[in-house]
Amino acid sequence: MPEDIINSFMNGPDEKGRFGDFGGRFVSETLMPLILELEEQYEHAKTDQSFWDEMNDLWTNYVGRPSPLYYAERLTKHLGGAKIYLKRDELNHTGAHKINNVLGQIILARRMGKTRIIAETGAGQHGVATATVCAKFGLKCVVYMGAHDVERQAPNVFRMKLLGAEVVPVTSGRGTLKDAMNDALRDWVTNVRDTFYCIGTVAGPHPYPAMVRDFQAIIGKEAREQMMAAEGRLPDTLIAAIGGGSNAMGLFYPFLDDKDVRIIGVEAGGKGVNAKMEHCASLTGGRPGVLHGNRTYLLQDDDGQILEGYSISAGLDYPGIGPEHSWLHDTKRAEYVAITDVEALKAFQLCCELEGIIPALEPSHALAHVMKIAPELPADHLICMNLCGRGDKDIFTVAKALDVNMGPSD
Amino acid sequence: MTRIDAKFAELRKAGRKAFVTYVMAGDPDYERSLEVVRGLPGAGVDIIELGLPFTDPMADGGTIQLAGQRALEAGQTLARTLELAHAFREQDDTTPIVLMGYYNPIYSRGVERFLAEAKEAGIDGLIVVDLPPEEDDELCIPAQKAGLNFIRLATPTTDDKRLPKVLTNTSGFVYYVSITGITGSAAAEAGDVGPEVARIKAATDLPVIVGFGIRTPEAAERIASVADGAVVGSAIVDRIGKGEPTEKVLEFVAGLAEGAHRG
Ligand SMILES: Cc1ncc(COP(=O)(O)O)c(C=O)c1O
Repeated sequence: MPEDIINSFMNGPDEKGRFGDFGGRFVSETLMPLILELEEQYEHAKTDQSFWDEMNDLWTNYVGRPSPLYYAERLTKHLGGAKIYLKRDELNHTGAHKINNVLGQIILARRMGKTRIIAETGAGQHGVATATVCAKFGLKCVVYMGAHDVERQAPNVFRMKLLGAEVVPVTSGRGTLKDAMNDALRDWVTNVRDTFYCIGTVAGPHPYPAMVRDFQAIIGKEAREQMMAAEGRLPDTLIAAIGGGSNAMGLFYPFLDDKDVRIIGVEAGGKGVNAKMEHCASLTGGRPGVLHGNRTYLLQDDDGQILEGYSISAGLDYPGIGPEHSWLHDTKRAEYVAITDVEALKAFQLCCELEGIIPALEPSHALAHVMKIAPELPADHLICMNLCGRGDKDIFTVAKALDVNMGPSD
Repeated sequence: MTRIDAKFAELRKAGRKAFVTYVMAGDPDYERSLEVVRGLPGAGVDIIELGLPFTDPMADGGTIQLAGQRALEAGQTLARTLELAHAFREQDDTTPIVLMGYYNPIYSRGVERFLAEAKEAGIDGLIVVDLPPEEDDELCIPAQKAGLNFIRLATPTTDDKRLPKVLTNTSGFVYYVSITGITGSAAAEAGDVGPEVARIKAATDLPVIVGFGIRTPEAAERIASVADGAVVGSAIVDRIGKGEPTEKVLEFVAGLAEGAHRG
């Protein structure tokens, strides 16, 4: 419990689903009764011990939690400054943090008697996690994925199919995550009775941003205890990559009221945060607007039309960001920076070479920022970075970026 | 009294149902779209819903998504859409125009500025898909204050408990979405729609208009016969999308109007 309830950063959202001016419930009337029901059911489950008992059991025995907090010794020596810890959520079953949240939502869906699960996915990690948990519980699973992402994340598409999910390539718009989310919402509006929409990040209408954050907060809770055990004190700086912002919110949330802990979110800078918008840095290069059920910072033109972002990382390729991050940005509780494709690729390679860990391209963005700031910080400065996904899914993209031909050899 | 209220008073007197059409502003381009809109009243259209293009129309099916993309590619914006309404108004001062779209372009323009400009352009009402009653402070209340109708959608998921909330702050008419789904989906049966319309009418004095999935004069007639009117969108937008000449599009609209007016 926060000590100063009034000035706590952990009270959001309010009863309208707002974090300050951000968030809310900007959905069509058809969906409104559904999200109100979801909110009611979630509020109930949240305080129901049997719900959390089921979660904890699966987190331990199915996902493999707690994930280790690992001291990256060679990386620390190489950078020659702050002491770097990696929160190893890439070791989770299915290879990323996404499953933390999926478990919570699917257990809720089962309690609500829903038999069909839909999801949107960018990198495919959320789709794989959803397909996995649906297979485990024998639920029908349909995953919407931008046609462009189907192409660049082919291994995950095959994985989802092996797990029995139907993958629907989305061709509207430019065929990325934003368009997949539109089509998932269109599915939900059509199949209101039996379908549960399992959103993969801290976005969407209330209660999703709060609910997904609460499920992902296990990352920060564990990191806190593990850092206390390892160092006897809290970390000085937290760093996480942001697409929609769920792994970041999960790490940040339990530390929001620890005023001495510096919090840094890393957005995808693509080819550089410039006027051409070849990036996905909503906070660095966007302005407030309304999309996908909430008010938040968005990449948009002067007319309020949403722009397609760009990033080498499919999981960060989203023109918005969770509303709670917009609020943390405006209140200055957290800082947000952008990292380019080129910087992320360098960090990706360094992590492979120095630590024997192939990271996903998403947390490679976070790592690139660690590489920027760690050398200037003293040796007793503790950095905790969320290594939220493994890079198996990205090796083809990286090979292409590095001009390596991975064609069949004999 | 807005042009919408006046139109319904006139229809009631004549004992006729309302025929409402949706077309996307700027589809396939500004000139063609203005030509179609100008021809609608002559083809028997009582109320014009003018689509405001948006990149992410989450309640629309393929037909209207593509229409929005064509309009945006041809340079349509919120400002150009109001300009189009204004150009229509110069020749027709009675046919109501309802602007239908999503909130972000309006929010981006600034609510106060938008309302003043919309009023000036001769817009009579607004349907903003992603603004449920829970977000009434955003635009609904300011719009009513500015003298514009705010027309709400009621849907099959709007149960009796929720219906009063949807009807409060609704004005002009109520738009009953006859199916759970997106625009351009399969139509509902008049037999299913009738009782739903009756349920809504028991709770409000406002006219109840039914839309989504109506594609033929016969369907327009059947639906209009159990409501205060019928809306056709995708079936008309489809023809515009196929590049049919304006006269052919308006001929099709006239057939639909006859159907609806028989209802
Ligand atoms: C490994 C990984 N990290 C990060 C993200 C971005 O999502 P979020 O910002 O919600 O954590 C994704 C999304 O697919 C991902 O797969």
